[in-house]
Amino acid sequence: MKIGGIDIGSRYIKYVLLRGTKVIEFQRKETGHNPLSVCEELLAFARPEKLVATGYGRDLIEIYENVKTITEIKAVAKGAKAIFPNVRTIIDIGGQDTKVVSLNKDGDVINFEMNDRCAAGTGRFLEIMAKTLGYDLESFGYNCVDKNGSIKINSLCTVFAESEVVSLISKGEKRETITYALHESIVSRVISLIKRLEIRDDIIFTGGCAKNSCLKVMLEERLKRKIYVHKNPYMHAAYGAALYAMEN
Amino acid sequence: MPKDYKTMWSGLDMNLTAHEGLLGVLTDAYKNIYLSQRNRPEGMKYFDFVISEVHGLRIEEILEAKKEKRKVIGTFCVYVPEELILAVDGVDIGLCAGAEVGTDEAEKYIPRNTCALIKAFMGFKLAGLCPYIQTTDLIVGETTCDGKKKAYEIFNELTGGKVYVMEVPNKKDADGLLLWRNEVKRFAKKLEELSNKKINLEKLKEASQIVKEKRRALQRLSLLRAFDPSPVSGLDALLINQVSFYDDPVRFTEKLTELCDELDERVKKGTGVTEKGSKRILISGSPMAIPNWKLHAIIEGCKASVVGEESCVGERNFMASLDDGFSSVEEGIQKIADRYMNIHCACFTPNEERMKDIGDMTRRLKAGGVIHYAIQFCTPYMMEAYKAKKVVDIMKVPFLRIETDYSMEDMGQLKTRIEAFLEMMGDGVHE
Repeated sequence: MKIGGIDIGSRYIKYVLLRGTKVIEFQRKETGHNPLSVCEELLAFARPEKLVATGYGRDLIEIYENVKTITEIKAVAKGAKAIFPNVRTIIDIGGQDTKVVSLNKDGDVINFEMNDRCAAGTGRFLEIMAKTLGYDLESFGYNCVDKNGSIKINSLCTVFAESEVVSLISKGEKRETITYALHESIVSRVISLIKRLEIRDDIIFTGGCAKNSCLKVMLEERLKRKIYVHKNPYMHAAYGAALYAMEN
Repeated sequence: MPKDYKTMWSGLDMNLTAHEGLLGVLTDAYKNIYLSQRNRPEGMKYFDFVISEVHGLRIEEILEAKKEKRKVIGTFCVYVPEELILAVDGVDIGLCAGAEVGTDEAEKYIPRNTCALIKAFMGFKLAGLCPYIQTTDLIVGETTCDGKKKAYEIFNELTGGKVYVMEVPNKKDADGLLLWRNEVKRFAKKLEELSNKKINLEKLKEASQIVKEKRRALQRLSLLRAFDPSPVSGLDALLINQVSFYDDPVRFTEKLTELCDELDERVKKGTGVTEKGSKRILISGSPMAIPNWKLHAIIEGCKASVVGEESCVGERNFMASLDDGFSSVEEGIQKIADRYMNIHCACFTPNEERMKDIGDMTRRLKAGGVIHYAIQFCTPYMMEAYKAKKVVDIMKVPFLRIETDYSMEDMGQLKTRIEAFLEMMGDGVHE
């Protein structure tokens, strides 16, 4: 039996198809302005017999397809636990949310924190800043090299931070220095969320921003702990949703 | 066909076009949130009617009362003694507002970073949308937070000097109690002057009885919610509590008693609004003024039940009872003052009694989770979330802290957090 998990995020929709517990298909597409049609496209590609939806847009698909939904918090915990059996803490930085999730030994969620309503400290923040500095998102983290830079981005708000960046550019600051400061700003924001919970090892970093190696290294330095990242960090929530579909 | 109140409204100097828009939005919201609920008790029909006439029939009644030379007293807080208002034949109307209205107008006078409740009562006045404010003879403020305290100075200007402020002390010690007793005495005097009536023992006893019976009916409703399944939804119970602030108190008590009789029957049959064993949530924190139904709607939309509100629009309003065995007006006024000092608002320091209430309510209502609700910039409650969490943690009950306002922009975020919280509760897991 083919079982699916779909994670309708604010920036990307991720789709996992399982046969047994094995992932036989993974797809990721931009959410765009019509997420439902993107979902249909992904599902048409390989229609599952059972499907569970998660993510910001989970209810959208529930209405049309009568599928079960779980929150991305539960889903990411399930997915991460299946891949990293020793996981106790998940840092998930996605398109519009940053979440920190604590798990018990069995992999159940025991606590979580989420950013407030705005995009400060999320993937969207990085995306906009990368664009302002003329990088694509993928290479942004690799240009995060100037550790001796003395500047600090003070604005938490994405809009204000962008104007701060623009004025730094016009002052002649190096792109790399600004890039480093931007990453530091996002890390401080995430650390303040993490501090509200009790952090236990192993720590897994998931979501689109986990692809950014600079963020990972900076988080490790600040927490003085090792952080694990899967080669496909986009997948965890969709995978977790599929596993949930299988069990229920 | 509902009655046309346009002449009445324009007589009250309201903005008719904007008001029509507001009523449209309210009617739609009420239909979506309230009338779509399943298994509602028959007795809710009265409250549906009250809401449908919120700016109509009730205002007409109030204007009739004014013709009989009765005074209309607008209040913002459960510390303002209702007994005294009724003892001079006054009409007590809670003016707190729970909708994002007239924000841009309000922000001309008060800072942007002000709590939604303050912004709303300013906004309703400035946008000409609240017939209640227009009918008042006196508006009673109180010093329960810095924002309100200072906003009342401006509100006084906007209402042509109608505002009278009572000082609520910061501590519950002997000095605080003395200050408060004097404040209540002064308030009684103010009411006597305004109404040109003397408070006598008979009147004070009669008024105390009316309020006592109203509180008893609300207490009974609260006790009924302890059953599983709860015979009434959290949304409906919240609405009843909201209506208690502006409806005629005698009629309100009668109708609520009828409803509670019906709920008794439901309990006997074991029927309710949700299935037995549904997740049960206690809400604790800032008040939810009408029509603020946001959090309850999200929670109950996720098939859980809100079983109690440790809130001013809720338990804090009716929990403490008045010792009405007094034999003089002076003694009565003092006993009334003492009764109000038993309300456990976060404006007091320390405020351990509230923590005890949270623990007691969690146990009594068999809540499986506690959601601490603070309106943004409501600093006293935002601060007390820390202590509330400690109390709830000891009981090994999951706790979620939420800070929000009246806007709908964080609905998606809140829904995810609440749903994840309910999932966590459902798994029944521990460290």
